[in-house]
Amino acid sequence: MASALINFRLHELSRHFKESVIVIIDYQAGNLTSVVRSLKALGVEGTVTQNPAVVAQATRVIFPGVGAAGKAMATLRELGLDQALRQSFGRGIPILGICLGAQIILEHSEENDTACLGLLPGRTQVLPRSPGLKIPHMGWNRVRFLRPHRVFTGLPEGAEYYFVHSYYPAPAETSMVVGVTDHGLEFPCAIAWRNLVATQFHPEKSGRFGLQILENFLAWDGSDAQ
Amino acid sequence: MLSKRIIPCLDVRDGRTTKGIKFRNNVDIGDPVAMARLYYEAGADELVFYDITASSDRRNIMIDVVRRVAAEILIPFSVGGGIRNLNDMRDVLLAGAEKVSVNSAAILDPALIAAGAKAFGSQCIVLGMDVKRVIPTPTTPSGYEMVIHGGRTPMGIDARWWAQEAVRLGAGEICLNSIDADGTQAGYELNLTRMISEAVPIPVIASGGAGTPEHLHQVLTQGRADAALIASMVHYGTYTIQGIKDYLAQCHIPVRLVW
Repeated sequence: MASALINFRLHELSRHFKESVIVIIDYQAGNLTSVVRSLKALGVEGTVTQNPAVVAQATRVIFPGVGAAGKAMATLRELGLDQALRQSFGRGIPILGICLGAQIILEHSEENDTACLGLLPGRTQVLPRSPGLKIPHMGWNRVRFLRPHRVFTGLPEGAEYYFVHSYYPAPAETSMVVGVTDHGLEFPCAIAWRNLVATQFHPEKSGRFGLQILENFLAWDGSDAQ
Repeated sequence: MLSKRIIPCLDVRDGRTTKGIKFRNNVDIGDPVAMARLYYEAGADELVFYDITASSDRRNIMIDVVRRVAAEILIPFSVGGGIRNLNDMRDVLLAGAEKVSVNSAAILDPALIAAGAKAFGSQCIVLGMDVKRVIPTPTTPSGYEMVIHGGRTPMGIDARWWAQEAVRLGAGEICLNSIDADGTQAGYELNLTRMISEAVPIPVIASGGAGTPEHLHQVLTQGRADAALIASMVHYGTYTIQGIKDYLAQCHIPVRLVW
């Protein structure tokens, strides 16, 4: 009975997005198979692309990535994807940044002292080291949500999400921070502003609660209203 | 607060899981894809697959296993065993694993760690260490020596030095296996684990010797491990991951309890 209901929901979801083009931006920053796989689990086909012209046709953009900010920004510029992302943001379509994608949407990163996309005001900073604290912050951790947001609904108290990073995004406005996590200090790990949401953790590797976030994102109209 | 990870380890040979006792007399206990799904649903925080397939012409069987596991679970998993070069790493990562573990090949050619970290990122590169207790010598001052071939070949390399060298080269995590404790179910090697964990800034997964939830408690506190590898104690149904986590939570160890 429960699985029939889930199948029905998945069917509805895939029908709803028949006209949609969900683009996963590939800028040679890590492995995208788990993002593609998670969308598949939701009955949705994502288009992995390095082509700005394909991004221009997108109705929804996922911007994942792991690795160093310096190389990532260089590759984005080389491929013309920096402009494509700015245009997507300007068009108002829903955008989801993940991990490195949540960092280089800001203006600047301390990693390689890199000028970034600047979709949001703010800077990416290094996680401070202290004795006994392991860096990278790798593994499962809780998120304390500061305000409601459509993309972060339906998540139980005590749910944990998978992190692996040494830097964190620090938006200039506290209103842009939806959720925080503790590792030596409390840092922003869920960001939302206008048609943009971003997570420092990996929803695509965070079990069924991560999948819930992706499903919420696919159903989100891009408005920042609660 | 970051949770301590509980990681079931599945030894795979020719596409089937085994569990070795001191690396000998492996017995077949099932399908790795089905087991991965079971452990995912049972609350495993991550999985480790160790490919002990002897012949390289059967490597594609493992890649197929990785691909099928990746389609079944939404948590990270790593693959080790027989990773000799960048192509081996790429095959495993593109099939859907989050991390690759390098062990013997990295000792024989340390540049492999740097090359892997550069090509795929440090977060992908796990250094697998097989370590044996020895009388301290000038070449092994920590009293722990690196070994390969399942413990049969001592390398004359100090374990603590090698862990720090691997961090310098770009390893993102260490999976530390005590050959002395492996398969005994008498508890992890606490001194070794603590020594390595305190010597490096990156996370350390303790491996070898888990028999009871108390053993995990010891290695996550006294041993300073960030994660604990388990095998027989869950493979044979003696304990469940839920039971282990409930015990650890009672001991005030942060663990992931909702999944």
